[in-house]
Amino acid sequence: MTQDHHAHHHDHSHDPIEAPDTSNSDTALLADALRLVLIEKGGFSAQDVQDQLTLMEGRSDRNGAAMIARAWVDADYKAALLANGKEAAKTLGHDTKGTPLVVLENTEDVHNVVVCTLCSCYPVTLLGPSPEWYKSKAYRGRVVRDPRSVLREFGTDIGNGREVRVHDSTADMRYMILPKRPPETDHLSEAELAALVTRNGLIGVTEL
Amino acid sequence: MAVRFTTGDRVTVRDLEAEEGLRGHMRAPVYCRGMTGEIERLCGTFGNPETLAYGGDGQPAQPLYRVRFQQSQLWPDYTGPTRDSIEIEVYQHWLKAAQP
Amino acid sequence: MTDSTFQSKAYHDVGGDDFGPIPLHDGDYQLWERRVDAMMRLLSSPSVGLMRVDELRRGIETLGEATYNAEPYYGKWARSLAAIMIEKGVLSCSELDAKIEELRAERGLEP
Repeated sequence: MTQDHHAHHHDHSHDPIEAPDTSNSDTALLADALRLVLIEKGGFSAQDVQDQLTLMEGRSDRNGAAMIARAWVDADYKAALLANGKEAAKTLGHDTKGTPLVVLENTEDVHNVVVCTLCSCYPVTLLGPSPEWYKSKAYRGRVVRDPRSVLREFGTDIGNGREVRVHDSTADMRYMILPKRPPETDHLSEAELAALVTRNGLIGVTEL
Repeated sequence: MAVRFTTGDRVTVRDLEAEEGLRGHMRAPVYCRGMTGEIERLCGTFGNPETLAYGGDGQPAQPLYRVRFQQSQLWPDYTGPTRDSIEIEVYQHWLKAAQP
Repeated sequence: MTDSTFQSKAYHDVGGDDFGPIPLHDGDYQLWERRVDAMMRLLSSPSVGLMRVDELRRGIETLGEATYNAEPYYGKWARSLAAIMIEKGVLSCSELDAKIEELRAERGLEP
């Protein structure tokens, strides 16, 4: 996973590493035992766990993408999204579970990018599970200090005429980027526009 | 806890670990402590994570702000344009008015 | 600029540190890992209310640096959750150990 991967502009890296099966590791056994003891004690049921997994599988970056596409075609929705992300998510049927959402607009003047240096805060209800790299010490450590070179590793070159603004998600807010609408997309439907919105664009490490 | 700051105010992030010997769970990254920036907005009032992390009630709740810093002030060796910035959420008890 | 002397930085507080190129892979979580995520969401839900995300974080920040660096993402969560549940008296260490041995036997693993 070195140099040649840095040139890719895609959201998902090619040639995924075949992860070894860790389901019998000491930690996995601890995790399974913890879950089973908590079920025996009535904290929650096995069905609750299964229902939660199903709920989690239903969450993906398509939720956030739909909000962005709406904002591109509907100026009122865009204003509402920038004013109060949580409420704007709700109007499209997405519940952020009470978590405030700050939506940051990328413009000709400013490019925004999101990180959580202390842990891994991420708007999972709108973007689905966060990618492993977002949680890596490498990303968390460097993007606050050397954002332009980190962005280049994602294939994103922000000219010196634009401000790069990093957002460290240290507390109670969650963040999503409103990317610039790609050029020559006037003829596209809202659904077609949503298909152009990538997860990495919603984090701010790529442009569309 | 009354709201003390408003958008545009210049504030300095305190280091409660060094100043008051605070230990344990804290949400102000070391890299912003002692640094001066500008209040971008008040986010609302939230339970204090320093006690919530130990099963406490988080009271008194703390106003939470997004504070904008210039990258070139945070990192003396910053190579990007001077207008590059970073915004960090900081609870009010970690902030003091900046020296004029 | 700061006039205070910083304590040594906590190991999870990595902002500004250089750990090299970004590992550009998404991760593909196994069932036990996804179940840890589900378990945390259940424990912190209003209906169960046994955990706060702040406690999960504090538990991760007290795993020790070696464990923090060695464990996969949800491994850190699992170890934090177990520690906090024991701390709160929801379950005991021996109950957890007994269940682990039961699982080892079921799966034909060395005790």
